[in-house]
Amino acid sequence: MHITEIMNSQTRKIHLCEQCARDLQAQSFGFLPQFEIHNFLAGLLGMGPGTAKSEERTEQAACPDCGLREGQFAQNGLLGCGNCYSAFYEQMQPLVKRIHGHDRHTGKVPERTGGYARLIQQVERLKEELRQAVAREEFEAAAGLRDRIKELEKGIGQER
Amino acid sequence: MSVHDIVDNLQGGWIGGGGPESDVVVSSRVRVARNLAGMPFPHLLNKEGADQVVGLVRKASEDERFLARAGRIELVTMGELSAEERQVLVEKHLVSPDLLNQFEHKAVAIDGEEKISIMINEEDHLRIQVLLPGLQLNEAWQLVNGVDDALELNLDYCFSEQLGYLTACPTNVGTGLRASVMLHLPGLVMANQVRGLLATVTKLGLAVRGLYGEGTEAVGNLFQVSNQVTLGRTEEEVINNLLLITRQLLEHERGARAGIYRERRELVEDKVFRAYGLLKHARILSAGEAMRLFSDLRLGVEMNLLTGIPPELINELMIASRPAYLVKTGDGRKNNYEMDVHRAELIRSRI
Ligand SMILES: [Zn+2]
Ligand SMILES: [Zn+2]
Repeated sequence: MHITEIMNSQTRKIHLCEQCARDLQAQSFGFLPQFEIHNFLAGLLGMGPGTAKSEERTEQAACPDCGLREGQFAQNGLLGCGNCYSAFYEQMQPLVKRIHGHDRHTGKVPERTGGYARLIQQVERLKEELRQAVAREEFEAAAGLRDRIKELEKGIGQER
Repeated sequence: MSVHDIVDNLQGGWIGGGGPESDVVVSSRVRVARNLAGMPFPHLLNKEGADQVVGLVRKASEDERFLARAGRIELVTMGELSAEERQVLVEKHLVSPDLLNQFEHKAVAIDGEEKISIMINEEDHLRIQVLLPGLQLNEAWQLVNGVDDALELNLDYCFSEQLGYLTACPTNVGTGLRASVMLHLPGLVMANQVRGLLATVTKLGLAVRGLYGEGTEAVGNLFQVSNQVTLGRTEEEVINNLLLITRQLLEHERGARAGIYRERRELVEDKVFRAYGLLKHARILSAGEAMRLFSDLRLGVEMNLLTGIPPELINELMIASRPAYLVKTGDGRKNNYEMDVHRAELIRSRI
């Protein structure tokens, strides 16, 4: 199912999985034609730089959590679990951006588990900064980052 | 009220009609997609895993704090319902057609007023939906939001700071929110303006769908407008954008109706009363013809040309004359001819 959308005077073709195509019409009264869906979303994967490598990846890449292979995703347009988004980050990031025109969530955060998720994410980000600081041999900055990480991790421990 | 009773009740929820701007807006719908952390998405679950999800949602919905915040919802597995009951839920828009595939894995929870329905193990673990009559997008979102918060008291959602709520399909990631309105636009269709206006709406990032018949024309002049983007915009932004555009369409539709009535009064009246006559006296009615006539009749009611026909009766007949319900009430009459006769009988007995 393809939907052509013109946004910011750019034409984008959006490939929807069969379900979402139907979902967009869920309020129907049953007069809808049946959609024949094949390689939706697949067309958007493996495009752009690194295309040559993508076939190779299809053979190997799988999500460590749910075992979904990249090839499976290309076939039915559905991810296997939440972790697939990071397992296939390289491919998902541009795809998500192409679908939505954005790459960052600005909406609701879950009341109970959201704060926790936010802390975890923050620590991850600081750890990455720390790695970079160490690589650049900026030891003073690294020490500061290490302190902040420790403090946040204490907070995470308490939330648990 | 059990889900079996809900199936039998043809007055509940949006079908009861009314609501603001109901002369053009039939219903408003908001749904969010949610998944449980640490579990594969439904299409990778075996029966055992699927049952586990149903069990967790059941437990969360029976929790006292959930009941205090969101009220009682009745959960039923799709396997507990008959094939006809399942189909009726689809035609009442309480569940999506996807819930009929591999139905042994799936379940639905519905509140007594039929405003809220939670689909379990559809494309995502949870799809929380609210469907209200008329233009009530903010109200629908508030209800969805409340049920979502109440469930989250006991469920760990799959959420990432960068991408928001993680969904099986990347087209839903972020807010997981899809908001839509069902519009009755006979005036714009008659004035030949519907194509242009809807093309404009598409350019504003919304998806528009007619309810198609055999051909390409929208059957019953009913159109669904919904948001497409779920990432990078807040729920309120999405709802307000759709609300704003719906109000514009609403004004254009009213303008078209008034204009045609001023210029060609008999044309409108003829359409309305012809439909009334056919629905009241026809002996054979196909689903497509019935939908077209319902649209003309609805227009008459909305423009106060016809009295004595409550709008909710048209909604009710629209559902009651769909195949699933006809099979359910038809004493074994199942072929097309028999269904068309049964449909005409049923409509005649009510109008
Ligand atoms: Zn999808
Ligand atoms: Zn995965």
